[in-house]
Amino acid sequence: MRSIISVLLENEPGALARVVGLFAQRAYNIESLTVSPTNDLTLSRMTITTEVDCKATLEQMMKQLHKLVDVLRVSELTEGAHVERELLLIKVRTSNNEDREEVKRTCDIYRGQIVDITQHLYTIQLTGAGVKLDAFIDTINNASEIVEVVRSGVCGIARGEKALRG
Amino acid sequence: MEMLSGAEMVVRSLQDEGIEHIFGYPGGSVLDIYDAIFQSDKIEHYLVRHEQAAVHMADAYSRATGKVGCVLVTAGPGATNCITGIVTAYMDSIPLVVLSGQVPTNWIGDDAFQEADMIGISRPVVKHSFSCRTAEDIPMAIKKAFYIASTGRPGPVVIDLPKDVQSPLHKFPYEYPKSVELRSYKPTLSGHKGQIKRALAALLGAKKPVLYVGGGSIIANASKQILELAEKLNLPVTNTLMGLGAFPGQHKQNIGMLGMHGTYEANLSMHNADLIFSAGARFDDRVTNNVDKFCPNAKIMQIDIDPTSISKNIHADLPIVGSIEVVLQQMLDLLEETKATNDSESINAWWDQINEWRAKDCLAYQTSETHIKPQQVIQCLYKVTKGDAIVTSDVGQHQMVAAQYYPFKEPRQWINSGGAGTMGFGLPAAMGCKIAFPDRPVVCVTGDGSIQMNIQELSTCMQYNIPVVILLLNNRSLGMVKQWQKMFYGGRQSHSYMDSVPDFVKLSEAYNHIGIKVDTIDQLEPALERAFELKDRVVFIDVAIDPEEHVYPMQVKFGSMQDMYLSKTERTDA
Repeated sequence: MRSIISVLLENEPGALARVVGLFAQRAYNIESLTVSPTNDLTLSRMTITTEVDCKATLEQMMKQLHKLVDVLRVSELTEGAHVERELLLIKVRTSNNEDREEVKRTCDIYRGQIVDITQHLYTIQLTGAGVKLDAFIDTINNASEIVEVVRSGVCGIARGEKALRG
Repeated sequence: MEMLSGAEMVVRSLQDEGIEHIFGYPGGSVLDIYDAIFQSDKIEHYLVRHEQAAVHMADAYSRATGKVGCVLVTAGPGATNCITGIVTAYMDSIPLVVLSGQVPTNWIGDDAFQEADMIGISRPVVKHSFSCRTAEDIPMAIKKAFYIASTGRPGPVVIDLPKDVQSPLHKFPYEYPKSVELRSYKPTLSGHKGQIKRALAALLGAKKPVLYVGGGSIIANASKQILELAEKLNLPVTNTLMGLGAFPGQHKQNIGMLGMHGTYEANLSMHNADLIFSAGARFDDRVTNNVDKFCPNAKIMQIDIDPTSISKNIHADLPIVGSIEVVLQQMLDLLEETKATNDSESINAWWDQINEWRAKDCLAYQTSETHIKPQQVIQCLYKVTKGDAIVTSDVGQHQMVAAQYYPFKEPRQWINSGGAGTMGFGLPAAMGCKIAFPDRPVVCVTGDGSIQMNIQELSTCMQYNIPVVILLLNNRSLGMVKQWQKMFYGGRQSHSYMDSVPDFVKLSEAYNHIGIKVDTIDQLEPALERAFELKDRVVFIDVAIDPEEHVYPMQVKFGSMQDMYLSKTERTDA
């Protein structure tokens, strides 16, 4: 099962390495990981997406994360209502006007933005859940040649009152 | 405010933390700290012959006293030589602070001479680590390190100290922090009241309970509570290898060690129990055998201060997070308050069953006319020391035999590397214990394989006159490896035979110690008597034991807890 774990941790040197090391050491798998300081600059917020075989593994993973001295809070997002977003930047090459129009159209349908153009290249920015980005990449591939893809990994937050605070 | 250099701050912070003994080895990156130590009269430093031994000494010092052990080493190889020692402490939850030198901050990352990324290398095996980037970081890093190492589930903490940070040229205001507060680290001590109520009700309702006591009980100093609870409810008690001594070895309710080399009665009691109450044990693979066949009818109650230990290998039906001492006291208070008790009739019936298993006398063994049996050696050691010695051990057959045949009276009397299984632990461990308790008899039970892994420390013993007794069960082979090869590898003794063991008597004498060779059973007791009478000398007793002896009972691989070999010819599941 796919899980999204939010971690609030001290914004200190080595804290990220401890989390990544934990996943490697205990043979847990990381699909994506994002980390950045929060409004409180002494804290970092991390979102980890992972695939686990059962609930017990997920529980153990969360307990192990919490055991790290730098970690303040750990919470699982997919169990409740939540918002997850990922940012995609993609550079595509087009060879004719027809294709360029198709790229623009596809981009509009997906509510993407073209953030850079050259004569033959478009750079598109798109946010959404991972599946939406996957679908967009598939579609744009028909109308153009993909030159470069960069994805931020998932950022997630719980809906409603629930919050992960220091 | 007092002005100190970084190096002076290290030494003063340790003093202010109450550290009296430190184990280490100097080198280029810690010369300034060593210079500050030279000028301190409060801290006694022990120079080892290999850094791994320094960590084992500090580790055993901590196991024996309950205080935090402290190590100081230089950068690069000095630091990396500590890793095995740190793993050993980490696996057994022993509080340590390891101070390691580092190349100057402006050289870090340049592959400088004796540079090693100690923070990175040690990361998976420490509880936490600190890197001091300025001298002013030092007092707080040391304060936090001792706090983190010693609280919650204890463990080793590494502090990396770059050379320029220690510089005697620059002085900074020094004040040792009085307390420390970490928002991200708050161990739970007392148990959830509802859970405690439920746990007590389950315990009182159990017809076939077993109290399963692990090393966490010793760390939490919970022996008094364990004894009281066990006696009040007439519970059978089994100890893990790490828990030996937490409950008196000779107590009539003690059913012995459990697990791979546990007693018949302990393993059968576990398998047939209806309730297993675990106090500071972690259902390790050396205990459970095949988890799918583990204790099929038992409800599992588990107290542990570390939530990750709960339900890791075996699902706990009734988990309680907290200190063993505090939680058991809460249970005892509730028991007192409610005046509740368990059904003595069913407990008596359970004891009748257990006593029947006990009558099998699974630790009985055949003596021989020609060979000394390892069991005889440990029993003789128990007799001569009246059961009062601090016993350290290395890893292998001798370790299991010591655990089985020396019924430890008290906690912190049995010092061994349980989780990591580190050969070479025994001798430095004995030295650490002797430094902590100079007036108590300390003996290292070892094997001819293990002792050679840190034998250089005989030199440290000579330098500081640390009069430990070394009791070598010499079978001229790596006994446990050989046992497995005989049992499971068609008897092919691949590299488990040592045909070049040295003359240990001569070797001891080379270090100005006393060596005694024991070849026959009648020489054994006088040798041990003499060793413990000579209170100011290291005595190395080399006992030639039966090289063919195996350790039994032994659980059958992939079986349940009750599936055991009882001797070379008998097994329970056959």
